[in-house]
Amino acid sequence: MSDGTAKTLFEKVWSDHLVKDETPETPAILYIDLHLIHEVTTPQAFTLLREKGLPVRRPDLTLGTMDHSTPTTPVRSFKDLAVVGEGAAKQVVAMQDNCKEFGLELHGFDSAHRGIVHVIGPELGATQPGKTIVCGDSHTSTHGAFGALAFGIGTTEVGHVLATQCLLQRKPKTLAIDVSGTLQSGVTAKDVILAIIGKIGVDGGTGFCIEFRGNAIEAMDMEARMTVCNMSIEAGARAGMIGPDETTLGYLLGRLRSPQGPDWEAAAKRWLTLRTDAGANFDKSVGIDGSTLQPMVTFGTNPGMVIPVTAEVPDANGDPSFRKALDYMQVTPGKPLSESSVDVVFVGSCTNSRISDLQQAADIIRGHKVAENVRMLVVPGSQQIKKEAEALGLDKIFQESGAEWRESGCSMCLGMNGDTVPSGQLSVSTSNRNFEGRQGIGARTILASPMTAAASAIEGRVADPRRYLQD
Amino acid sequence: MDAIRTLNSRTVVLPATDIDTDQIIPARFLTTTTREGLGADLFHDWRFTADGEENPEFVLNQPQSSGCSILVAGRNFGCGSSREHAPWALLDYGLQAVISTEIADIFRSNSLKNGFLPIVIDDVSHRWLLDNPGCEVTIDIEQSTLTLPGGKTVSYPIDDFARYCLLEGIDQLGFLQKHNTEIDQYEETRPWKP
Repeated sequence: MSDGTAKTLFEKVWSDHLVKDETPETPAILYIDLHLIHEVTTPQAFTLLREKGLPVRRPDLTLGTMDHSTPTTPVRSFKDLAVVGEGAAKQVVAMQDNCKEFGLELHGFDSAHRGIVHVIGPELGATQPGKTIVCGDSHTSTHGAFGALAFGIGTTEVGHVLATQCLLQRKPKTLAIDVSGTLQSGVTAKDVILAIIGKIGVDGGTGFCIEFRGNAIEAMDMEARMTVCNMSIEAGARAGMIGPDETTLGYLLGRLRSPQGPDWEAAAKRWLTLRTDAGANFDKSVGIDGSTLQPMVTFGTNPGMVIPVTAEVPDANGDPSFRKALDYMQVTPGKPLSESSVDVVFVGSCTNSRISDLQQAADIIRGHKVAENVRMLVVPGSQQIKKEAEALGLDKIFQESGAEWRESGCSMCLGMNGDTVPSGQLSVSTSNRNFEGRQGIGARTILASPMTAAASAIEGRVADPRRYLQD
Repeated sequence: MDAIRTLNSRTVVLPATDIDTDQIIPARFLTTTTREGLGADLFHDWRFTADGEENPEFVLNQPQSSGCSILVAGRNFGCGSSREHAPWALLDYGLQAVISTEIADIFRSNSLKNGFLPIVIDDVSHRWLLDNPGCEVTIDIEQSTLTLPGGKTVSYPIDDFARYCLLEGIDQLGFLQKHNTEIDQYEETRPWKP
């Protein structure tokens, strides 16, 4: 059916942002519609601007928050918030000063909209279909859930975007991942993306922009779609996208930065035209039957080392890197992870800290207690989510079960803000990386869905959430 | 960025696959506002024991690694976080290139902007380098070749523009700024505004 004019979602957004197309000698100049910034990957870029005497070209297309090195300890007032360590404190002050000096909107400690950068973009309605979105953070792929082309960049590139609102880019190849069927009860977006990474590998998406397609993806709400796109980078793909549809429009309608009135009608109409045309070609395609998927957990030190929660840890088969990962994790081939006792459970991060994630964890843990040997931390993705969860009484459910309820932030996902997993301890975490030491020096991380994390907190070992599901 | 034409060094070998940027420079060292000094914490949790002593089993701590500026690493080097602190730390430590069979996209992009060379070669040559640590090799940017001991040359792919920037020490921001008029025009004429 391909007539040569059929285009993919990616191709439409890419070509719509070309200030100058690529040639064999030079990369494309790609215009950026939204630049998200945070305290960790920007200070050196602002220094460069200052050295060169350059302004920020489009402060109106730049949006800042503080999330990575900020603490999540509960406080009565943000004045009391104690930033961990001198370096982190300096970084937070530098972010405030830089945003003030260059005239940028910052959702700092006093903002009701502060939160994880990849949570607040969509929440504010700043993330929209058809936009190009970048941030000095690899999980920028999250925003692709809306049909935006969104990817992580380094600090030098942050400087390029601040100064010129553009980036030099080579066009990536396209990879279609089709998830068919209906997911079983207890199987979530997190399980889907972990299964995909397990299938294609942690470098399976290198050089590609992924489009997630198929019945199982279309049936997901926006928060679930964000969870899927968020971990595109864990398969090596800088960006993952999903075609905008009525679900996308339903999420965005009425948000603070969404178009209003007649502008909304025009935008919504344009957004729906972005979907991949029938007959458009992808450079590569992969299919997965969603109906056969189980709740998934990682057993090694990268997100591709993943098995169904009920399965046994596979054998290294002579692969030294694999063997090293099993040794680090202190897991035994041939045994299920349910034999491993859990010390810490973390529900949070840009992957799984939205209201539906917290609701799913709360539904499992309601009426149960966190096992005696387990510390459970629940960290909402933004101050808005915190407020919404408290209005639903989720904070009480978690606290009554023995879990800690925190302020928003990246928290235990990356151990640089005071929230860490002690050395040698085993954590079941809803975050995105199980790399050695990611959650703290010597910490051992098992990635899982919010449901699996909550079930594991109750049992004090890696647990299948399906036995806690109510009819 | 300084111009670079060739790089000649003995190699140091880290055979592990999927070495992520959290291993290259753990997140807790990212609480900095400058680019300098990160080399002290390069591969921190592999280089040092829990009590802060140098781990004698880690290859960079061994005497034969002294003075080596080319790293040979397993497949998919630099995966994970987009932190540019990773190439900053490698360069600050004294390393100038990594040779692998695959290098993660964002790390590769960050490396090229700082003059750290991400070199991707074929499996057979890579296997030979893994098996022969400490051998002397030469990277020629202009020719896009890696020369092994004995004179065998292996070509590696590199984007023309990236090569040009390395050879001339070009700052890519300057290149973008030269297109300011086109950027203005794009902003004015695009059919919808963000």
